[in-house]
Amino acid sequence: MTIDDSKRRARPTAHELARYERLFAARTSGMRSSAMREMMALTERPEVISLAGGLPDTSTFPPAAYARLMASVAKDSTARALQYGPTEGMAAAMECVVQVMAEEGTAVDPGDIIVTTGGQQVIDLVCKTLIDPGDVIVAEAPTYPGAVPTFGAYQAEVVQIEMDGEGMPIDELESVLDRLSSEDRRPKFIYTIPNFQNPGGVTMSLARRRRLVQVARERELLVLEDNPYGLLRYEGEPLPTLYSLDAANAGKDGAADFIIYLGTFSKILSPGLRLGWAVAPRPVLAKLNLGKQGADLCSSPVTQLFVAAYFREHDWRAYLEELRGLYRSRRDAMLDALQEHFGGRASWTRPSGGLFIWATLEDGVDTTDLLARAEGVAFVPGRSAYMDGRSGASSMRLNFAGVPEENIREGVRRIGALMGGDTSLIGALTGSPARADTPAPPAEPPPDADLADVVELPRRKQPGEARRRQGQ
Amino acid sequence: MSAAKRVAVLKGGSSLERSVSLRSGARAQSALKQLGHDVVAIDAGSDLTERLHASGADAAFITLHGREGEDGTVQELLEAIGIPYTGSGPAACACCTDKVLAKHLMRAAGVPTPDFRCLAETSIKQLGAGAARADVEAALGFPLVVKPAHGGSALGVKFAHSPAELPGAIVGALSYDGKALIERYVKGRDLAVSVLDGAGGSDNGKPLALPVLEAIPREENFYNYESRYEIGMTTFVCPAELPPEATARAQELALEVYRLLGCHGVARVDLLLEESTGELTVLETNVVPGLTETSLLPQAADAAGIDFDALVGRILQSAWTR
Repeated sequence: MTIDDSKRRARPTAHELARYERLFAARTSGMRSSAMREMMALTERPEVISLAGGLPDTSTFPPAAYARLMASVAKDSTARALQYGPTEGMAAAMECVVQVMAEEGTAVDPGDIIVTTGGQQVIDLVCKTLIDPGDVIVAEAPTYPGAVPTFGAYQAEVVQIEMDGEGMPIDELESVLDRLSSEDRRPKFIYTIPNFQNPGGVTMSLARRRRLVQVARERELLVLEDNPYGLLRYEGEPLPTLYSLDAANAGKDGAADFIIYLGTFSKILSPGLRLGWAVAPRPVLAKLNLGKQGADLCSSPVTQLFVAAYFREHDWRAYLEELRGLYRSRRDAMLDALQEHFGGRASWTRPSGGLFIWATLEDGVDTTDLLARAEGVAFVPGRSAYMDGRSGASSMRLNFAGVPEENIREGVRRIGALMGGDTSLIGALTGSPARADTPAPPAEPPPDADLADVVELPRRKQPGEARRRQGQ
Repeated sequence: MSAAKRVAVLKGGSSLERSVSLRSGARAQSALKQLGHDVVAIDAGSDLTERLHASGADAAFITLHGREGEDGTVQELLEAIGIPYTGSGPAACACCTDKVLAKHLMRAAGVPTPDFRCLAETSIKQLGAGAARADVEAALGFPLVVKPAHGGSALGVKFAHSPAELPGAIVGALSYDGKALIERYVKGRDLAVSVLDGAGGSDNGKPLALPVLEAIPREENFYNYESRYEIGMTTFVCPAELPPEATARAQELALEVYRLLGCHGVARVDLLLEESTGELTVLETNVVPGLTETSLLPQAADAAGIDFDALVGRILQSAWTR
């Protein structure tokens, strides 16, 4: 018998599967693969213009510089690059984090930083550290689609607060927090993306930032400030981070008390590096560190050293400026295209930075269904930004950063054409025929005219006779 | 067991149920190998015909779900190429996968099925059928379930609790299909009866209804696509805990529908036991039931003492008994 044969024998029957089901952790019931994801997978074909990704444009990074940096990592630090690193991250990488945060006016002590495997790991570690099943996370509506499965996996109850043009309304937040405490439910943290929110494209106003920090302090709640795009601002004055506002409240040492800051190199350099970070109050940081030890011991020293070499040998601010120029004109191209093809039939956000626009179509249109009939274009259906998988049905997230301008225009045109089909159908079903796309047939001629061309033949009195005659 | 054959397992394809199909296919492959057959796995794409020609297969084992695999398209192709294949022929496939057509046939034959109407995209666009919406509402009342006429996933399936929700639900369904099935919502227990052609033996080749299976959603919301295919989201009970006469009636109805729609080899008939009336009604029939770990057919077979290999062996036999 070969090893293969013995493997085949182990095929489970339904009864055995019921046994496995008992072995699965209860939290797996919160982990769902979604039909939407299935559909998104089908859109990953070369002929499809995808406005669905969360991608920055990495094609602008000079290949020669990449090769030189990798060579310098290899030459200068082979042993270190190939070795495990400290869980909290390498000092050289933390130094880069300090620079990036200073660029946004946020002073930070390297001792408050943990370097992570992408920003996504911070969300996971924060949930691991703070969430027991049933604990509440308060998030924006819509929220980052990538956080939805993480929250689900930790069996968090997520309460989402609908944003307006200035982000999460803090009055609303307070009344939600009051309601939760009256119901004896425990909110553990508030999850927000204050800058150019993903997917909403909205930025939280300064006044709200101040109040949010105040609410967190008063109620002793943590805020996870997810800020991947803060430096990708295309217009207007930068606003202070929640971290820096809270640190100012906290006093001399300059560390925030209630803000966990999430940063990443993904959007300002490369997502392929899988390098992000958290800055957190020390007691929280210690738990995040323990959580990370269990998850992956440390983030890759190869990429940490790469980032360090990049910051040392290149003008990272100049590259960022180049990206800002590129994305700004792509954003403008998308806004123009939306005006042209969605005008009067949808509303959309006008982000002053980041990667995404959130467009909301007429009520009753479900963008998941729209995606199903889409040909040659993809977007993220709004439902994926809501925990219940149902709200946000008439919205969609559009990425303008990862696609050249001509594709943006064509992609938006294709979506507009799709919407036209839906709108005219809805119109036909709700009795607003003005919107039907098929022209009504020409006015009918008077009834008698129908008969004008009919040649009247004498009718046979006895059809039976005729049949006999044919039979001859 | 019959002599070893060369069997092409057709799986994958480009439908929305691709990943389920890949899982069904992989399990069928493994069982077929276990039964001593020589297996060629084919992910159905533009080179399907070429690969079937090159395969030298004695039979095709179809595990394609969704469009193409279940609506008779692939079956017609296999007829054209001349390779025997498992399961129903083109006509039965076309009837079963078109839920509207199947319901008309059931209605005409006196098989109970929830009241329904259908609006097609072409009739709305070209025949002014939008104006018939009020007639549909008056005939069926609310709540309604709106589904694409074809398709086995929850995509495009929506509830309409009031007239205001109906147009959007219809347009949603029309995103997946040219026809929207508008059906009276029946609140009740979700049952499934799988039917297998006989193995010869004592049942003498006659179709056999397997034990009734009940799908109980874990959460009180809609029995959705995810829960249908993922372990843990739905609890399956097989045999379902039903009064003996309900079990008998469900199996009898399943066999009746199986014959009525001209199914062959295997099919799964989905029924509802209406809560308020205790009546059984037939929703739809699947001609290529899933074979994944959590699929209903393998569970029902298991409850009948037919293990997975034997189940796959019996389905394979259907390629030569048409």
